[in-house]
Amino acid sequence: MKRLLTMTAFVIASLTISFSILASSGTKLDHANTNINDEKSLQNGAQLFMNYCSGCHSISFMRYNRIGKDLNLTNEYVEKNLMFSGNKIGDQVIASMSEKGAKTWFGTTPPDLSLVARSRGTDWIYTYLHSFYKDKSRPFGVNNHILTNAAMPDILWKLKKNQSTEKFDSDVRDITNFLDYVGEPLLN
Amino acid sequence: MDNNKNWIDQRFPLTKVWNEHLAEYYTPRNFNFWYFFGSLAMLVLVMQIVTGIFLTMHFKPDSASAFASVEYIMRDVNWGWLIRYLHSTGASAFFIVIYLHMYRGLLYGSYKSPRELIWILGMILYIALMAEAFMGYVLPWGQMSYWGAQVIISLFGSVPVIGPDLLVWILGDYAVGDPALNRFFSLHVIALPLILVILVFLHIVALHTVGSNNPDGVEIKKNKDKDGIPKDGIPFHPYYSVKDIVGVVVFLMIFSAVVFFAPAMNGYFLEHANFIEANPLKTPDHIAPLWYLTPFYSVLRAIPPMFSSQFPGVVGMFAALLILLALPWLDRSKVKSIRYRSAPYKYALGIFVISFVYLGYLGMQPVTPTNALLARVFTVLYFGFFILMPWFTSIGKTKEVPERVTGK
Repeated sequence: MKRLLTMTAFVIASLTISFSILASSGTKLDHANTNINDEKSLQNGAQLFMNYCSGCHSISFMRYNRIGKDLNLTNEYVEKNLMFSGNKIGDQVIASMSEKGAKTWFGTTPPDLSLVARSRGTDWIYTYLHSFYKDKSRPFGVNNHILTNAAMPDILWKLKKNQSTEKFDSDVRDITNFLDYVGEPLLN
Repeated sequence: MDNNKNWIDQRFPLTKVWNEHLAEYYTPRNFNFWYFFGSLAMLVLVMQIVTGIFLTMHFKPDSASAFASVEYIMRDVNWGWLIRYLHSTGASAFFIVIYLHMYRGLLYGSYKSPRELIWILGMILYIALMAEAFMGYVLPWGQMSYWGAQVIISLFGSVPVIGPDLLVWILGDYAVGDPALNRFFSLHVIALPLILVILVFLHIVALHTVGSNNPDGVEIKKNKDKDGIPKDGIPFHPYYSVKDIVGVVVFLMIFSAVVFFAPAMNGYFLEHANFIEANPLKTPDHIAPLWYLTPFYSVLRAIPPMFSSQFPGVVGMFAALLILLALPWLDRSKVKSIRYRSAPYKYALGIFVISFVYLGYLGMQPVTPTNALLARVFTVLYFGFFILMPWFTSIGKTKEVPERVTGK
């Protein structure tokens, strides 16, 4: 039995080592360090998302009242401060921009972000929002390091310009945290 | 009570079946933990059927709404997230349990005479389970569902002469789309589960006809007392029914930890790319099936195209599966259990396990020159285990098998 255990341990160790050597290293991402149980961060993230993102991006698998319930906000508060599209509190969060308009203005439809935290991961979102740089050849004058030729403009530039770096990082973290929550509302 | 029992027994062999298969079914007294996995596989099968019934109530087998209906189950259906995660984690758990169950067979020679049919029925079960899992994975209609299906189904198109027509016949279209989703749904919820249940029944009937093997590989039926009961046998119920409950409890502890804390298992149980809806116009950079199919996917990719046809790879992949059926006749050793086997067999089994795990790992990775070379080496080793088996099981010195089970 002891020999079997040593053998197994040896095999597992050597497999793990060889796998990690073989594993391809992708783009280095910053750590988002989000905390899905941080209610304040989620509330701020929700507000920023609704103000800066929801004009173009839907989170169609999310309903306004579910956000309110999970983030401890009353329905009245949500209706007044977070609901810019949709008529009823039970509606899904759908972007204000029409698909046709998006195609004309951006050349593509902005993706639904309901599950972006599950497909890309929080580190990716956090890094992506930090990775815009000036590029005159692009229609909006900006390009992105980790998503080359992204059709999206640097929508948070004003936040970046008018705040300290720490505050901007924390805002981006809150948006990322909110999207993480949206990907799996159950975890909150 | 007795009256009721008699009433039933006169009309249905209730007591007889109970005794033959449980209360008076004699099993070797020396089972170790490896013998949990058969009963655990049955538990998982039942769980998959029950959760599947509830998922089917809410899922829409329609390419336009399938993806959203899964998220609807996750968010708007009461306890839907639990049902869905039990089902998706159950799929991976099923394969973990089955792989350990099969490995037990390899360790103790459970496929050897007189249990060849149990092994063959089990192998057909395994292949049916792979088909069931593959089709189930297509249903949520994510990017990996779609492109995985596209890759695997297109293999049928490489069959010489009839390939292209066969492909259209399977898909009901020229590419994976709504008709394919609909028929995979039908096969996943009716045809294959039915086949699985029937095969499980046959697997157990065959087992109970010859009796279980054990870690010593000794036939307990050779040593019977004057009542005709094997000296090393104990009734399945209550001895092993109680022991199996221990296995169930331990299994459920680990299983529920995954369901509640890491249902996606960092992309191994639910791939990241499958949280993006299927898009026929956008091929993902890297297409990989779920972990339980990757060893065979690796074999497929390892074999280079010949005569500008992918068909050899497809043949290789199916050969890797079907060669397992021949195992009872490839093994020439006189002893069953690894405890008394010769050294060459032990080394060969070790190399085989490492090759299988490595092929599984490589199947999840993108193809690079190093990975391709490694996949070829391990494919050769994988097949080598079977092709050389008649040789390495007949050389080397085996230990003497005891007359009775040792209870170690």
